[in-house]
Amino acid sequence: MTAPSVPAPAGTAPPPDRPSPETGSSGGGPETRPRKRLTPYWLLLPAGLWLAVFFVAPFFYQASTSVQSGSLEEGFRVTWAFSNYADALATYGPHFLRSFLYASIATLLCLLIGYPLAYTIAFRAGRWRSLLLVMVIAPFFTSFLIRTLAWKTILSDGGPVVGVLESLHVLDVTALLGLTGDDRLLATPLAVVCGLTYNFLPFMILPLYSSLERIDLSLHEAARDLYAEPATVFRKVTFPLSMPGVVAGTLLTFIPASGDYINAQLLGSPNTQMVGNAIQKQFLNVLDYPAAAAMSFILMAIILVVVTLYMRRTGTEELV
Amino acid sequence: MTITLSGVSKVFGGFTAVHPLDLTIPEGSFFALLGASGCGKTTTLRMIAGLEEPTDGTIRLGDDDITRLPPHKRPVNTVFQNYALFPHLDVAENVAFGLRRRGISSVRKQVEETLELVELGPLAKRKPRQLSGGQQQRVALARALINRPRVLLLDEPLGALDLKLRRQMQLELKRIQTEVGITFVHVTHDQEEAMTMADTVAVMNRGRVVQLGAPDELYENPRSTFAANFLGTSNLIEAEILAVEGAELRLKAVGADSVLRLPVERCAVEEPRAGGKVLVGVRPEKISLTHAADAEDSDASGTIPEGSNVLTGRIRDAGYLGVSLQYVVDSPVCSEFSVYEPNVERDTRLTRGTEVVLHWRPSHTFALDAAQDAEAGTAEEAL
Repeated sequence: MTAPSVPAPAGTAPPPDRPSPETGSSGGGPETRPRKRLTPYWLLLPAGLWLAVFFVAPFFYQASTSVQSGSLEEGFRVTWAFSNYADALATYGPHFLRSFLYASIATLLCLLIGYPLAYTIAFRAGRWRSLLLVMVIAPFFTSFLIRTLAWKTILSDGGPVVGVLESLHVLDVTALLGLTGDDRLLATPLAVVCGLTYNFLPFMILPLYSSLERIDLSLHEAARDLYAEPATVFRKVTFPLSMPGVVAGTLLTFIPASGDYINAQLLGSPNTQMVGNAIQKQFLNVLDYPAAAAMSFILMAIILVVVTLYMRRTGTEELV
Repeated sequence: MTITLSGVSKVFGGFTAVHPLDLTIPEGSFFALLGASGCGKTTTLRMIAGLEEPTDGTIRLGDDDITRLPPHKRPVNTVFQNYALFPHLDVAENVAFGLRRRGISSVRKQVEETLELVELGPLAKRKPRQLSGGQQQRVALARALINRPRVLLLDEPLGALDLKLRRQMQLELKRIQTEVGITFVHVTHDQEEAMTMADTVAVMNRGRVVQLGAPDELYENPRSTFAANFLGTSNLIEAEILAVEGAELRLKAVGADSVLRLPVERCAVEEPRAGGKVLVGVRPEKISLTHAADAEDSDASGTIPEGSNVLTGRIRDAGYLGVSLQYVVDSPVCSEFSVYEPNVERDTRLTRGTEVVLHWRPSHTFALDAAQDAEAGTAEEAL
């Protein structure tokens, strides 16, 4: 379901037993037919324009920027400086690694938190279903930035969360795992991962919910009738049938999370910076556009490879 | 294995879907629960399957009490109304599902044999959505039968098929049941389906079993207006009992002078006595029509056999169906008398407006308690 499908342009090959528009003279009106053929293209036009202006043009512009060299004072020129890529990887390798590590952990946490919730809403919520769905998307009513700033207050040193976790000695455990340090939550990897998980959770829950909700309840009954215990019903029927939602949810979480820089900036420290922070710094502070563009392309390429491998592996096209 | 339901009832919120029900389904029988939608037949089936817990009562399978057993522990399998095939598994894996859950790993031979039984061998690798409705139905049947359940439950299994396929599958189901010898409990709203396939039919209405018996027994000898109208068509006439003469009941139809007779054992009223009101019933195909002129003509005596129940009327509508002729006759006792005549010796004078005499044998007459709705079950039949 996640594979983009291009609608086949209708009528490119007219059925053989019908007269073609050129020769056809029988009543139907040859004038109406070409217009009908064009209809799908007209419908695609707004999206096509949008993509052209906001994706294709910047894509090529940035692609050319990424192989430029020079400086802000003298101006940048295309010199096919592919060394920009090598330099970016050499300098910011740890940022890339951290990005994908944090994004993977956040995606996994989203799945672990989101699946039971989506399952409950889809099958057990009854008349509370709509209310719970509204609550899932309610955070969107506030800006992403404000919410992350709020987390800064929640996790602040000396705040209630730190106090409680400290008295329960949870912070000692997480410190041992290298997730926190100095009895702090803010400015630790844990805070960044929590922020990512929190911010992208709805993108996991909604696709999961929509694929779970489509499962016919009589399939559960059929499985139970055929000697499957409740846990087996989930393992053999519910989970396989929710795979489209799992794939869509993990992609919608993982991709934006790996490029995110707000959480790392507001909740992290210089030691927890992700590749998004590095790109932002190069673009807006250092003003080294070629380096920033090269990093963007490396990020895009890695995501593309990861996603392709993942979708191959899960084989969603086999599913309903 | 014999299924015994004792005092089984089901209440949803404030609605009683099944009133306390006692039912014994003998081993190896083809048992049909027949009724209109919402009569409680599916709820009853689901309680046997374990998908619904009875509010009260016990369900026994042989000597074992299975009332509180979860569905996956019951030796019972269901063919669901919409088949409920697993869309992510192919036909063979759908069929093998039950065996695998019971830890049987070498399933290939059994799957092949079962698919053979339902004539689906070549389609083992297809996904359910690549099959037609009839084929999906067979997969659902195979998926249940492969487990050799003690009882097979069928919930409107043919409801989604077109008429021709339904007829074919009716015969097929009957063949398979005879072949495997498992008890089949079949839920349907289609009276023809129930009558063709089942050995015993339980007619249900509003959460109760109205009547239970062999199909012919139910049809020939209905004990309530619901059974009389739901299974086929009945002409019901209000009448008053004149006398009970030995094994025979003499009645007078309200609105006519003629005296009707019927055997006492075909009267559903307990202890009928003179002056009591009953509904006299007769099936449309048991009635013969004779042109009024012939009936008066002494030369034509013999067209109306001696001792017949006789009424007069006028044809309101006549329909030629090829295999039979259908008439609607207005009579003083009943405004719409249905009559089906076999197309053997067709009297072409019998057209709209013709005065006729309706006559039938007393032994084809039945009588029901008048204290019930004469129309019960008529609307449902159209479903």
